[in-house]
This record gives sequence, C-alpha cells and structure tokens, in this order.
Amino acid sequence: MIGAGHAGLAISRALTEHAIEHVVLERGEVANSWQCERWDSLRLLTPNWQSRLPGYPYRGNDPDGFMTMPEVVERISGFATTISAPVRTHTTVTSVCRVDGGYHVATDNGEIRCQSVVLASGAANVPHVPKVREAVPPHVECVTAFDYGNPERLPPGGVLVVGASATGIQLADEIHRSGRPVKLSVGEHVRLPRTYRGQDVLWWMENSGVWNQRYDEIDDLERARSLPSPQLIGTPERATLDLNVLRATGIEIVGRLAAIRDGCALFSGGLRNQFALADLKMQRLLDTFDYWAVNTALDAEVGPPERFEPTHAPESPRLSLDLRNGEIRSIVWATGFRPDYRWLDVSVLNRKGALRHDGGVVIDAPGMYAIGLPVLRRRKSTFIIGAEDDARDIVGHLAQYLATGGRTE
Amino acid sequence: MAEASVNNGVNIDALLAAREALKNAPDAAKFTWRASCKWQNGTHATSTVQGFHGLGDEQRHKTEFSFETDHPEVFASEDHGATPVELVLVGLASCLTAGVATVAQNRGIQLRSVEAKLEGKMNLYGILGIDSDVRNGYDDIKVTFKIDADASKKDIEALVAQSQKRSAVYDIVTNPTNVTVEVV
Repeated sequence: MIGAGHAGLAISRALTEHAIEHVVLERGEVANSWQCERWDSLRLLTPNWQSRLPGYPYRGNDPDGFMTMPEVVERISGFATTISAPVRTHTTVTSVCRVDGGYHVATDNGEIRCQSVVLASGAANVPHVPKVREAVPPHVECVTAFDYGNPERLPPGGVLVVGASATGIQLADEIHRSGRPVKLSVGEHVRLPRTYRGQDVLWWMENSGVWNQRYDEIDDLERARSLPSPQLIGTPERATLDLNVLRATGIEIVGRLAAIRDGCALFSGGLRNQFALADLKMQRLLDTFDYWAVNTALDAEVGPPERFEPTHAPESPRLSLDLRNGEIRSIVWATGFRPDYRWLDVSVLNRKGALRHDGGVVIDAPGMYAIGLPVLRRRKSTFIIGAEDDARDIVGHLAQYLATGGRTE
Repeated sequence: MAEASVNNGVNIDALLAAREALKNAPDAAKFTWRASCKWQNGTHATSTVQGFHGLGDEQRHKTEFSFETDHPEVFASEDHGATPVELVLVGLASCLTAGVATVAQNRGIQLRSVEAKLEGKMNLYGILGIDSDVRNGYDDIKVTFKIDADASKKDIEALVAQSQKRSAVYDIVTNPTNVTVEVV
C-alpha cells in the first residue's frame, strides 16, 4: 500500500479482513495531504454525515456541517487507529519496479518485496499550471492552490484567479473579501446548487444513484474522469457559491485565459457558451433528481422542484487585461492537479501521464491496483464515501489474484 | 446513441469510427488546410481552395472552389464579391450549422430545418485608423438560430451549445490564434 489517506486505509481494512499480510507506506503522517497540502480555511465540500468510512460512521454533533482540515485529519487518524492499520510513517517510496514474483519497493527507510502493490498516493499530488504561465511579467506574483495559505499571503492589490472549479471559486471569494479585487477567469466548470428542494445536493447525488453509476456504464469515461471539481463550498450557512453569487460580490468574471501576449492576458470570447453548457448540465442533473424523487414517492417529502437563474454574462465580457500596469499584483492558478508517478518505474502510464487501469486494476502490471482516482469504479470514487465500495471490489480482485498464485484472469 | 430512424444526412458511424482509429494514430489527425489568393484589381481578389493535408497524405477536394471578394460601392469599390469580414461570418455560421447537424445525428434528434442569421458589429474607426482604441475587427458577433426539430426547446439549446463547444471556427474567432505573415 502506498499512501495512508482515507482510501489507502479503506484498502488496509479490507486486506485485514481477508487476512492478507500488508504494510501501508506513508511519506508523512496519516492523512498527510489533508494536513500539509490544503489552504487554511478549507472545509470539506461534503457534509459530515457523508464522511462515512468502512465500519466508521460519523458520530459527531454536527452532521449537516462541513469539517475543517484538522477535523478531517483527526477523523482519518482515528480510523487508522481503530482498524490497527500497519502504517509505516515518514517512509517515502523512491521506486517501484517489477521483479520475479511481484514488485520491489525502495523507500528512504528500507526496501520491500511484495506480490502486490496498491497505489493510494492520490490524484492531486502536484499542481498543474498551464504553459501560458511562462509569459507572465516577472513582477506579478504567481501562486498555486498548494502554496496559497490564506489571502494575507498575497500582496495587496488586484488578483487574477485562473480556474473556476471548487478551488477557484472558494479562493476567489475569500481573496475578494479580503479587500483584494478579484478577476476570475472561467473555462469549463461544473455548476451545482448547495441545496436542492431542501436537501444537500450531495444527498441527492448519493441517494438518486448518480454517484453509484459504474465506470463501465459511462459513455465518455475519459471525459468524466477529467471533469473539474464542482463549484461547491462547505459553509455553516450551506451557501451556494456560483458565478452569479460571485459576480454580485463584485468579482469580475472573464473568459478562459487563452494566451498572454506582450504582457497582456487574453481571454476567450466564448464565455457565454461556457455558461450555457454548465447551466444545461446542471439542469439535466436536477431533472434526473426530480425524476428519481417522483419514482421513489419521495416527491411529497422534499420541497417543490426549483430552477435557478441562468449564469449571467456581462454585456461585453473583457477580452484582455494588461498585466504590466500594476492593476494585477498576483495570479492564483486554480488550474487543477496531477498525480505524481515519478517513483513508479513500471510502464503503466498513457501518453498524457495518467495511469492506465480498468476499474482500479492497473493494466500491464499484474498484482498492481489503484484507489482514490476520479471515477475509478464509480462516480463517487474520489469522495470519502466512495472508498468503501471501491476498496471492497479491489481487494476482492487482489485476494483472487494472490489465491491463484499471481495469475490474472 | 443514434436511433436508426433519424437521418440528418450525417454518417455518424464513420465519424465515430474515425475518432476511435485516430486515438491510436495521432499524426494522422494533424491536418493542414490551405487557401490561395490572387489579386484582381482594386480591392477585388479571387481565392481558391482545393488541396489540403491530412491522414498522413496530400488530399484534394473533388473540384477547385473559388471565392470572389471585394468591398461594396459605399466603400467606393466595385462589389465583385462579399467582403472578407462577411466570409468570416459565413465560416462561423456554416461551421456551427454543420455542427448542429452532426450533434443532432449523434443524439438521435431528427432535424427538419436549421437556419442561422448572423450580425457582426464593427466600428470603421478601427480599420480607417481614426482611433487606435477601436479594434479593426468585430466588437460583437451575434448568431441567431431558428431550428425546427423533433426535440424539446431544452434539447435544441443543448444541441447548439454542444455545436459551439466542438466548432473550429467558433474557437478561431473567440480565441487568439497565431498568424505569421512572410514575404518571399
């Protein structure tokens, strides 16, 4: 096992249940990424009642609230203790390669030979910053979601936030409220209301079955796996933080950052279409929820169907922004993450650097598995509650693999 | 998936098969489109299109296509053809329209009629060099689609949104593109 996050620990629990001897290698402490690689104010965007781990339901007194990072770390650490996970902390994997009978794992704390390896190192190890960053004038500070801690980290003055995923909208809101005027560059995005008909939108996702949709039932899986994270935030008020809300607070919304030419940022004129696509997609999802509610006779128990204002586009969206005149003092790149597989010395990546796998069974590497990747086996795979079902399936396959003497079907 | 009974004249099976095949042949997907232009007189020019490069080979249209372009009489010109900026609107309209048909075929929606009207607003202070704060090109382009199809209004709107998402000319017009001009 590589990685002692919630997904890796779910696998560990399943392995223990199957009496499969294993060790969990963790480069930091349990739940390292939650502890070290997130900004100060971050809360989960999933409500607390939805933070179930296998055999470890939420028993706190704020089920509809959203946990802070220290609370998440505490919860995952508690889980690790409860299941007596065999974790070796402060052990960084430096290489994994195939050998006769399995794999050789080198770490900064010794070496291990094993028949099977499960990659639970996460999908979000390294911030992805587009090439266009190279053309940013030198006096404009550039920051990613990893090195941003809070608004005071940024110089006073204007900020350009690039990317309107969950990270982008949360940071744009927080930074703007700190008195630094924000312009938010928006490309493809996923719009969701926080609550729908009185229930959290993720209650609908889970219960209607949308989140349980299997990877092999999805038409364009590659696309589903690369969708930006939905525009949700966890706040005690259960606030919806969509582009209309952000615009109303004074944030200027501009199109996708297409190029920087002579120190001038150029934005796409296709903003209206991005809004239309996101609004239509949200609409289709809400229709799915309504249909499910009617068919399960829950219709009477939830509030009446709601429809939301279309995303409003400015009359003439700004197409360019001079980055040299001091108006913008810093740029926050909320442009996504990539997994780091530099230590994986097995040929299992595709031409874009992503892991080749079939529902978590790594291709061309018998005995190697992955967990905690987007739509690994189900739409809920990267969310905390997604770990349990995926872990059960993966370990089922792994157990079979070991039992048949290391032969794959 | 497309239903067998829907026919918008798009060979969607061939397109989907090509898409799959090209996933394993990235170089074959690299196309080069071409146009040639010959000055006639004044602002009148004739452009022709026939050859292009794609699928790893030189290709040709069935015949050579020819386009006259000129400026109108209100520009003190001879109006031998549409203006170049109008041809850009033609490019955008036709690309989006072809996209509507293709997406409709893929989604099993039967089209009965599709018409688009385009308007591009332009302030001549730009091209006449009167005000350097005014751009040469369009300030705004508006496309209005009138579509009669076997589908709800929402599905038709989704169709049009998807067409933009996958449109080459929409991308060319809304995003910056590198243009190099040389003299030999």
